[in-house]
Amino acid sequence: MPTILRPQTFPPYLYRMLQSLLFALLLVAAFGLFIWQVRKIRANILVGRDRDMSGNAAERFQKTLLVAFGQQKMFKRMTPALLHLVVYVGFLVINIEVIEIVIDGLFGNIFGFHRSLKFLGPVYDVLMATNEILAALVIAAVAAFWWRRNSNPPLKRFSGPELRMWPKLDANIILYIEVALMLALFFMNTADLKLHELRGEDLPGTFPVSNLLVGLLPSAEGTLHVLERLGWWIHITGILLFLNYLPSSKHFHIIMAFPNVWYSRLVPQGQFSNVESITNEVKAMMDPSFVVPPAPTAPDGSALAPTPFGAKDVDDLPWTNLLNAYSCTECGRCTSVCPANLTGKLLSPRKIIMDTRDRMEEKYNSPLIFRPNVYGEEAKHEPITDLANATLLRGKVTPEELWACTTCNACVESCPVNINPLESIIEMRRFLVLEESAAPNSLNVMFSNIENNGAPWAFSPSDRFNWADDLFAAEKPAKTAVA
Amino acid sequence: MTPEAPSKKQINVPVMADLAARNESPEILFWVGCAGAFDDRYKRVTRAFVRILEHVGTKYAVLGLEESCTGDPAKRAGNEFLFQMQAMQNITTLNGYGIKKIVTACPHCFNTIKNEYPALGGDYEVIHHSTYLQQLINEGKVGVTGGESFKGRRITFHDSCYLGRANNIYEAPRDVLAALDADLVEMKRSRANGLCCGAGGAQMWKEAEPGKKEINIERTEEALATLAGKAEALANLGGVETETSAPGAHDLQGSIIAVSCPFCMTMMSDGVKNKEQESKVQVFDLAELVASAEGINA
Repeated sequence: MPTILRPQTFPPYLYRMLQSLLFALLLVAAFGLFIWQVRKIRANILVGRDRDMSGNAAERFQKTLLVAFGQQKMFKRMTPALLHLVVYVGFLVINIEVIEIVIDGLFGNIFGFHRSLKFLGPVYDVLMATNEILAALVIAAVAAFWWRRNSNPPLKRFSGPELRMWPKLDANIILYIEVALMLALFFMNTADLKLHELRGEDLPGTFPVSNLLVGLLPSAEGTLHVLERLGWWIHITGILLFLNYLPSSKHFHIIMAFPNVWYSRLVPQGQFSNVESITNEVKAMMDPSFVVPPAPTAPDGSALAPTPFGAKDVDDLPWTNLLNAYSCTECGRCTSVCPANLTGKLLSPRKIIMDTRDRMEEKYNSPLIFRPNVYGEEAKHEPITDLANATLLRGKVTPEELWACTTCNACVESCPVNINPLESIIEMRRFLVLEESAAPNSLNVMFSNIENNGAPWAFSPSDRFNWADDLFAAEKPAKTAVA
Repeated sequence: MTPEAPSKKQINVPVMADLAARNESPEILFWVGCAGAFDDRYKRVTRAFVRILEHVGTKYAVLGLEESCTGDPAKRAGNEFLFQMQAMQNITTLNGYGIKKIVTACPHCFNTIKNEYPALGGDYEVIHHSTYLQQLINEGKVGVTGGESFKGRRITFHDSCYLGRANNIYEAPRDVLAALDADLVEMKRSRANGLCCGAGGAQMWKEAEPGKKEINIERTEEALATLAGKAEALANLGGVETETSAPGAHDLQGSIIAVSCPFCMTMMSDGVKNKEQESKVQVFDLAELVASAEGINA
């Protein structure tokens, strides 16, 4: 047997360097894989149509600060807002410890130091104590989240045809990973505490939760050392795995919520987008002297394929709607306030957002895990045989869903990260009406009434002013304005 | 609403074409809207609002036969082409008269002209009648006295989506109602959480998709339960997770559902009829309530 494999003769410095090397490799591999996945998603989002993003950066900044960082819209519902706040703050603060873990992992082993941020002194005490308390609270919050999703019956917004199979499993996987990460943190700290205790040393930092757990661990120094290393490695490997799980998961919202809010619309919610190409056509019709601007050409000067009116597939949507799809954490607030959904119609704004993401990954790039929703009877879907031609419209979103929308903006208002399902609905309605003439018949009647009578009803335009006939008012002296 | 007033005067509604012929321009253009011009129920709102305009002596005008649909229902239904045809036709008319300020009693017309006409060359100051009425009351031009008293009557305000969420106008209609000295009660789903009446997005002109219930029934039930103070009926409303207190039981007799939109008016009135409460609960627009309270109906 070669000497090098015998632990007793394995030089400690080599063992430490090997750990550092392993850690560096792990770090590079994890970030490399993550960047590779993010590039795929970026490419997916950029297949969308251009969107005018001019406007006030200060306003965007303020919105991002309030809505994304400040979670302003979460606080419309207090219970989930507080639970979510715990996990969110926990995530932010515990990440400071991750910085320490990375420094320790890369250099601590080689240079023989441990807990590299301990130079912070009292600040380190506060930091570690806060971490531990937050980690305990995160476990409690995650337990509450799990219960809200998995009790019988679950919270209403955690059900529906779009929230079975993978999305349901995904939601639970996230919760399990979060608990596992927190437990590994406690494992690591408790073993470290006990190890220092046995050696009669003082561990830098204050650990209110781990202090309570010290009694649970064995008192053998060798075992404790292994346990501490195990906790450390599980914690950091878990985080890096979780990082690479994000692109396949609804949990990607922890990153995408920020750009999504930044790029969200600044105009009143009632203002629907204007279709420039139609404006040019209408202007040319009404004014023969109007010169229609030349159609955009490809960079090499060749003509581009004409873009359809509205959206049939994901590449017809503005890219911001595709960004929306990657920012959605499938919480269902939109669907829970949708008047159509509340009264039993097929429309669920969340489903449209989830379908958009599925369709992008089906047609273009997919991350490591891709298990698109398959709908059946409950969503009134015909089995899809031709997957390649199963566009977003009809392949995933049915006209029945689209026509049930009252454009009331309740979904837009409710979304904590400013996703706008209504824009996608209107884009697909535009395709149905302008490209396929596939509006419900009653709406076609309304259209021809407007064309012929200038009113959506079948009244004669000559009767438009009849309301003013025989109009009387009681004589009453007008009040003069109070100065 | 009020008994025939002893002396009354006829109103000849000024038409923009006549003003232009005399080289005059109005302070405001009253955009009547299709519902305000053709829908029998909403014509009463239009007439009430004109009485108020006359009463306070505002120099106003209407387009009369030159007005045409703003294109809102076409745009919401996805017919962008028809919308822009309508919009440009109206913008040509409005710009031709040099209109600067528009008041309308329809949140859909309001939203479309205010937010969607500028991109097509129509820039105006657009005011919804709830805001305009609030201003008149604040300025003391309307005292909301001398007519019918609403003191002690239970009123709940149903938010219009295109006024509320679409344009963030929540307080103006409530301020108008507050001036009536009535007993205002809020529905659990109100303001930004308000539930649509079911007519927006061109639903007004089509049958609803298959489902368990009509949206206007869901909303009317909430309004009636709120007016009657039935806490248990409000406990499990969909779409809200907050708690609300609904004090005491109340007789529905004389209660009012206040609206500020012609489509909400239709949907809520139909809902009240469906629930067979029309002898007890009435649906009124803000302008009608103000005109009644001011005693200027004839």
